[in-house]
Amino acid sequence: MLADKDRIFTNIYGWQGPDLKSAQARGDWSGTKEVMAKGQDWIIDEVKKSDLRGRGGAGFPTGMKWSFMPKESKDGRPSYLVINADESEPGTCKDRDIIRHEPHKLIEGALLASYAMRAHACYIYIRGEFMREAQALEKAIEEAYAAKLIGKNACGSGWDFDLYVHRGAGAYICGEETALLNSLEGKKGMPRNKPPFPAGAGLYACPTTVNNVETIAVVPEILKRGASWFASFGNEKNRGTKLFCLSGHLNNPCNVEEAMSIPLKELIEKHGGGVRGGWDNLLAVIPGGSSTRLLPKSICDTVLMDFDSLRAQNSGLGTAAVIVMDKSTDIIYAIARLARFYWHESCGQCTPCREGTGWMYRIMQRMVKGEAQLEEIDMLLDIGSEIEGHTICAHGDASAWPIQGLIKHFRPEMEKRILEYRKRIAA
Amino acid sequence: MSGASHKVTFTQPKEFKFTKENMVKVETHIAKYPKGKQASAVMPLLTLAQEQNNGWIPEAAMEEIARILDMPRIKVFEVATFYTMYNLAPKGKHHIQFCTTTPCWLAGSAEVVKACEKHLGIRLGETTPDGEFHLSDVECLGACVNAPVFQHNGDDFYEDLTPENAVKVLDALKAGKAKPGSQIGRVTSMGVKGATCLHEQAKKAGVKDAS
Repeated sequence: MLADKDRIFTNIYGWQGPDLKSAQARGDWSGTKEVMAKGQDWIIDEVKKSDLRGRGGAGFPTGMKWSFMPKESKDGRPSYLVINADESEPGTCKDRDIIRHEPHKLIEGALLASYAMRAHACYIYIRGEFMREAQALEKAIEEAYAAKLIGKNACGSGWDFDLYVHRGAGAYICGEETALLNSLEGKKGMPRNKPPFPAGAGLYACPTTVNNVETIAVVPEILKRGASWFASFGNEKNRGTKLFCLSGHLNNPCNVEEAMSIPLKELIEKHGGGVRGGWDNLLAVIPGGSSTRLLPKSICDTVLMDFDSLRAQNSGLGTAAVIVMDKSTDIIYAIARLARFYWHESCGQCTPCREGTGWMYRIMQRMVKGEAQLEEIDMLLDIGSEIEGHTICAHGDASAWPIQGLIKHFRPEMEKRILEYRKRIAA
Repeated sequence: MSGASHKVTFTQPKEFKFTKENMVKVETHIAKYPKGKQASAVMPLLTLAQEQNNGWIPEAAMEEIARILDMPRIKVFEVATFYTMYNLAPKGKHHIQFCTTTPCWLAGSAEVVKACEKHLGIRLGETTPDGEFHLSDVECLGACVNAPVFQHNGDDFYEDLTPENAVKVLDALKAGKAKPGSQIGRVTSMGVKGATCLHEQAKKAGVKDAS
């Protein structure tokens, strides 16, 4: 278990104030100028050495992503950092706690990351539903400006830095980085074709990096304590501490920061208070937010919570949102509800996703009742494979994954329901 | 899905102008974006219009925003119809949006919705005859460890709901006395059993320790 002294987010539950004074007492904004004095390349290099991987779901190495940004502007285009606070992946509510309880970690990280990437402006795109959180963030930003921590000559570093909050308005797809950029430009939140990648042409066709809230908020601590400290947690290539969101059938659902690569069972028992009715009452876990394929109990017994361990089980760490389901769960409905989610949130731009998510949702609705043909189980897989890889963004892929996980591990359950429905109708 | 199933008849006002006070906010929003990129302000302006107009955006407001931002009307209409938080029709004085996505459903959102429907005598997608309440179901609100949750008028979250306490919240909202956040006295996203980490800070804050 992670020792308390190694936790980055010491106010994650909001026991103390989110204000600047309280944040400074926790160590935020100390030595920021000194870190900046070490130079932009040093910062990027240190983040590389820490093995930090993006906390928004895809797990791309952060330092490498930053290094794609131009070191100087040859054509006068400015560079931008955009922070993705469009937290909407079902099961996920960690960025919300950073924003409302530790906003200064995010703001300090925004300054350091923007400085490293030669950006003088940063936009934080926050989901519209997080109204109170956006207000808390705006307040913290005002405090930081007033204390000259950001703005002209931020922290006395000589670097000018402006930070803005942009509120979304209820579209999951805006968590996709290019949809987010379109939304920020005042357009419908529809993903863009890549290339060009944002580092070449992102916001307003300028070099842009889009990072998740948690990714940016851990940066100050990494730079102050050193990359080797951060890299001392977790397994190789899966380093650091991580916020986990534990929801569902637990005795003690909560958010918690833990070391990467912690066993799922330990996470659930130590922090989640155990599965309702005991570990043997566990049916399945969705380990990393709705897009990741569920794991049956047999895998949950031993699996480690990191990118590569979960990928090896054909699932993923995603946003580290652990959704626990005990044996009372109608697992077919649980996944059918996610199918509705992906259908509802498809932006409608690509035909396979727009139509396919609806087909899958309608079939899944019948699967819940058992009002289906046995062949339709394979048909669901077929539709999924027709969507996967045939769309501009990963929303289509993500819509297929939960259903694939269900069929892989619970096909007998689906067949049983169909056969029982037939028996009932025949009687 | 804005507007399609509401049961209230309404008329589109012929004209919409931002108040003097809100015009200052309009300028602040536009100033956040680089020169010539004022279209970026379309979302904040739509939100502002909705706030000013009792929770919904009339067509005249979209026309006005198009004029202010110097963008084609259709571009404003496209944005207004794309995002689910923009209401293009009145939604009642208290718009209750239940999260029913899987994490909330696992925690009993279906029973919470049912109890509220029964209490108000309306179904999801409907408005009470007195215009006080409108019920909707929405996708994941992002407060899953405090499930089930609903959001009120697009700002406050009411968390850790049960059929019993949800109905009480509805009454309290009507009386103007509702208290947002956890309805079972939980401290934000900390477990209901108490702190499982940060023991020293918990002690200082006087928070229950689970260990």
